[in-house]
Amino acid sequence: MRRGFAPWADPAMAPLVRFDNVSKRFHDKRFGDVAAVDRLSLDIYRNEFFALLGPSGCGKTTLLRMLAGFETPDEGGVVLDGRDIVATPPHRRPVNMMFQSYALFPHLSVAGNIAFGLRQDGLARPAIAARVDEMLALVKLEGLGGRRPDQLSGGQRQRVALARSLAKRPQVLLLDEPMAALDKKLREETQFELMELQSRLGVTFVIVTHDQEEAMTVAHRIAVMDRGRIVQVATPNEIYEQPRSRWVAEFIGDVNLIEGVVMETRAGETVVADHAGRHYLVPTGAAVTGARVFIALRPEKVRIAAAPAAADAPNAVRGRVWDIGYLGGISIYKVRLDDGTVMKATVANVARLTDQPIGADDEVWLSWPPAAAVVLTS
Amino acid sequence: MTETPAAAHRKRSLSLGARLVVAAPYLWLIAFFLVPFGIVLKISLSETAIAQPPYMPVLDLAAGWQGLEDFLAGLSFANYATLAGDDLYVFSYLKSLKVAALSTAILVLCGFPLAYAMARAPLRAHALLVTLIVLPFWTSFLIRVYAWINILQRDGLLNQALLWLGIVDQPTTWLATDTAVYIGLVYSYLPFMVLPLYASLEKLDHTLLEAAADLGCPRWKAFFVITVPLALPGLGAGALLCFIPIVGEFVIPDLLGGSDAAMIGQTLWTEFFANKDWPVASAVAVVLVVLLVAPIAVYQHLQAREIEGRR
Repeated sequence: MRRGFAPWADPAMAPLVRFDNVSKRFHDKRFGDVAAVDRLSLDIYRNEFFALLGPSGCGKTTLLRMLAGFETPDEGGVVLDGRDIVATPPHRRPVNMMFQSYALFPHLSVAGNIAFGLRQDGLARPAIAARVDEMLALVKLEGLGGRRPDQLSGGQRQRVALARSLAKRPQVLLLDEPMAALDKKLREETQFELMELQSRLGVTFVIVTHDQEEAMTVAHRIAVMDRGRIVQVATPNEIYEQPRSRWVAEFIGDVNLIEGVVMETRAGETVVADHAGRHYLVPTGAAVTGARVFIALRPEKVRIAAAPAAADAPNAVRGRVWDIGYLGGISIYKVRLDDGTVMKATVANVARLTDQPIGADDEVWLSWPPAAAVVLTS
Repeated sequence: MTETPAAAHRKRSLSLGARLVVAAPYLWLIAFFLVPFGIVLKISLSETAIAQPPYMPVLDLAAGWQGLEDFLAGLSFANYATLAGDDLYVFSYLKSLKVAALSTAILVLCGFPLAYAMARAPLRAHALLVTLIVLPFWTSFLIRVYAWINILQRDGLLNQALLWLGIVDQPTTWLATDTAVYIGLVYSYLPFMVLPLYASLEKLDHTLLEAAADLGCPRWKAFFVITVPLALPGLGAGALLCFIPIVGEFVIPDLLGGSDAAMIGQTLWTEFFANKDWPVASAVAVVLVVLLVAPIAVYQHLQAREIEGRR
């Protein structure tokens, strides 16, 4: 990722796309009016690769379709490049969408599909042909312009859809679950190609996905959505290391959550006690003494050892190995503490050992530095 | 162990029961289409005779080889020469083709909006709409055509309505005109146009229209560049399903049409029943089949492509 690219942090920067307090309700037979998008505001900046991430039904696709013009917000405004586009029909918006089903026209050739949007603009024939060739080269499908969509593999169809949506050089490219139909390996390859393409073309990409790894890989910033609202907008790193709530911490990656009460706040350090009376040292945050909090701790930040830690070491707990998940590159240890709580610790398998140094039912000590944990108040 | 291709092929070959199932429709077609057509073809090469049957030669099996030779020598293309030489038949064929082409065009214009509206209706209404299209079949075809006589006659419902609305001040003659024939044909064949069109339009992926709009194509234009091309298989099937039988249609022009210019079905009926000229009637039928082979072949081709496309 490009270093120093952070237009969202610059107050002088005007956003390219702005959702201003938008709402969209659908009528459901059983539940009555359901808000797919609920009073949501969001800024997306030029040249950003922006991801809308959330479980299915969280409203991310509705939000994307509002930008494309297929859904009209019940309230609020959608601003593109300083202009409110709510009343602009889809065919007049300078945005293009890559559909989840690709939506390739089955009666047109690959070249015909890519040229479709250019023909609508009334471009001259040689200019269209040149752009089609350029797009075919861009997605590495040279020579396949004459094929029909049903003569292509799934991966090739996906590329045609991408080329078609980029052919008109849109201000914003919308990608609706673009890799959902690809197998894992191809998906990973395509993710890197998309990133490369995005930085090369300088087009603003907005991707909708339910796959957190995909969002983390490709995006500059991620908006995590739940039930029509945004719970956090931040860079992948911030989302992972500084989740704003328990929900985000649990939705993105794996996490140990320890519920407790703030005992005292010292300079730079806070002491939290859990229900079993264990004390933890955590970084000082917004939590005040007496507040009910959750300590969020990523498993890879937990050290696991067969020998007890030094007596004065903070955040050391004893437990017994309950289960080991061997994933090749890493192993996940599930450790049951004396009071029955299960904590997870992951260890990178750096050495090629057939005999793991720590086995099932071994007594182990888990420990972590105070800075490794995040204190969440909600 | 790997199988040789031949062994794999043997394995794939069908059991006796499966062969019978596959053979049944072929046997049916041979017995009830190919053999009768052979007989008609043979009669068309014969000449009329005041006898039983009313044509000659008749193959005399008792005469053996000599009988077969006499039989073959008796056959001729004279009836086909008659057809080509007489304006009556040529005009009859041309009139049939014209009526079929024009009514198919009207059927497309009426059927497309109907099928389109059906396909775009709320999903729960689809079954009802299809039932409504098929509903006329619950009444006998002949009764429905007779009903049209009632509607179209001089003091019929149509004239009464037109007089009442003040559109005409004299009753108009509808019955026994070409207009009546077109009304009857369009009415009778509409389901055959609507159903295949509906089947095509109903499976049209709505996302394709969104994609077209997204790429800058307004809705009215998307109808012509996306919807219509993708409905072409259904449009072709519907058009041929109407055109082919209309060319040979007999009942509707006979009951609703005038006596001035007969369609080929009526000419055939006259030759067979009024003139008792079986050989000429058979020749008329054979030429009709030959004329229709081209559109039928097109229809077959479209169907094959449709089935292939579904795989």
